[in-house]
Amino acid sequence: MEFTDKHVQGLKDLLYKMADDLLIIGHRNSEWTGLGPVLEEDIAFSSMAQDKVGQSLALYEILHQLGESDPDTVAFTRNAPQFHCSQLVELPIGEYDFSLVRHFFFDHADAIRFDMLATTVVEPLQMVAKKFRGEIKYHTMHADIWMKQLGESDEAKMRIQNTINEVFPFALGMFEPSEFEAELIEAGIFDGEFALREKWLNKVVPLLESFGYTVPNAETIIPEFGGRKGQHTEHLQPLLDEMTEVFAIDPGAEW
Amino acid sequence: MTEKIKSILETVMDPEIPTLSIVDLGIVTGIISETEGQAHIKLTPTFSGCPALKIMETMVHDKLIEEGYTDVKVHTSFDVQWNSNMISDKGLAALKKHGLAPPPKHDGYFELDVLSDTPCPLCDSRNTTMSTPFGPTLCRSMHYCNNCKNAFEGFKPVG
Repeated sequence: MEFTDKHVQGLKDLLYKMADDLLIIGHRNSEWTGLGPVLEEDIAFSSMAQDKVGQSLALYEILHQLGESDPDTVAFTRNAPQFHCSQLVELPIGEYDFSLVRHFFFDHADAIRFDMLATTVVEPLQMVAKKFRGEIKYHTMHADIWMKQLGESDEAKMRIQNTINEVFPFALGMFEPSEFEAELIEAGIFDGEFALREKWLNKVVPLLESFGYTVPNAETIIPEFGGRKGQHTEHLQPLLDEMTEVFAIDPGAEW
Repeated sequence: MTEKIKSILETVMDPEIPTLSIVDLGIVTGIISETEGQAHIKLTPTFSGCPALKIMETMVHDKLIEEGYTDVKVHTSFDVQWNSNMISDKGLAALKKHGLAPPPKHDGYFELDVLSDTPCPLCDSRNTTMSTPFGPTLCRSMHYCNNCKNAFEGFKPVG
């Protein structure tokens, strides 16, 4: 099928939101370096940060091939309103329970997204999706192990439960539909945010229930939308200012 | 001509695992040499975020220039996606020699339980415990051998 301008716009929008999610959550994960509650968690969040940033680079490369600026320019010179990440990923790391619950919700969504994209008609995206699928398995496994273990003691379970309730509207915000959903589905690029959301709910709800948690009803919660359209919380711009601090000293420097 | 290049690349070692060549690691996915002096090499990353990749690109480039090739291009592509089954038998032995437990062979999808009884590279005991799937580099997990009482690292299986 021949792509129209709308298909290409939709594809770019999809790539930007995926790449921005990964870059920003990668940065947030890296904030645990040196601060993890135990050494293994320090290393786990640092390793996942490295994977996420590496994956975002691969997606920015595809955007570059589609005519967008080079990855460094795209990553380091935009301000918050130009970012398409969900609000979920930009929230501060908070206490460990917040970062863990966010990691659980985000990584299950991304694992399913890559699975869906492993059959996209867009060849370069298909290739990286297949690659990411193997890597993210370690991330979902990590999240599952801790969510399960923390459900086994009363105090921890209560904290995680409260955090699930608090994070859930932001997690649903990941699936904010774009204006190109119909085009993406029609062209075989991506089955769309709604399909992804359904698959995600079918995965995370039974899993959390099996760990002993209660999951809010997705149908009655108002999702925290806006991120995909550049409307962000007050937390994103300070993150970007910190992330680009060195780059901004000399944007033309050769590294 | 590609065979000669392959044998040269067998002398380029993984910067983090000096017993393992990049050919045995399985990351060389394309060699084009159609004219005298031409060597176009395609590499694929083990992990998307692997920081050693750029270093390996430079090492391959410099080695081929040193060997007299004049038209040298090295680039990274995901068109073949690396998985841990692509490590050669020689590569698996090289990992063990370096003290890293080789990844178990798998058929695409595998449960991560496979990590829990990783054989100890030092004493071959299977009485081991995985401490964490995240190690000092993206491709390594950390384990403890209940038999010889040594901590060791494993090269992670990747599907």
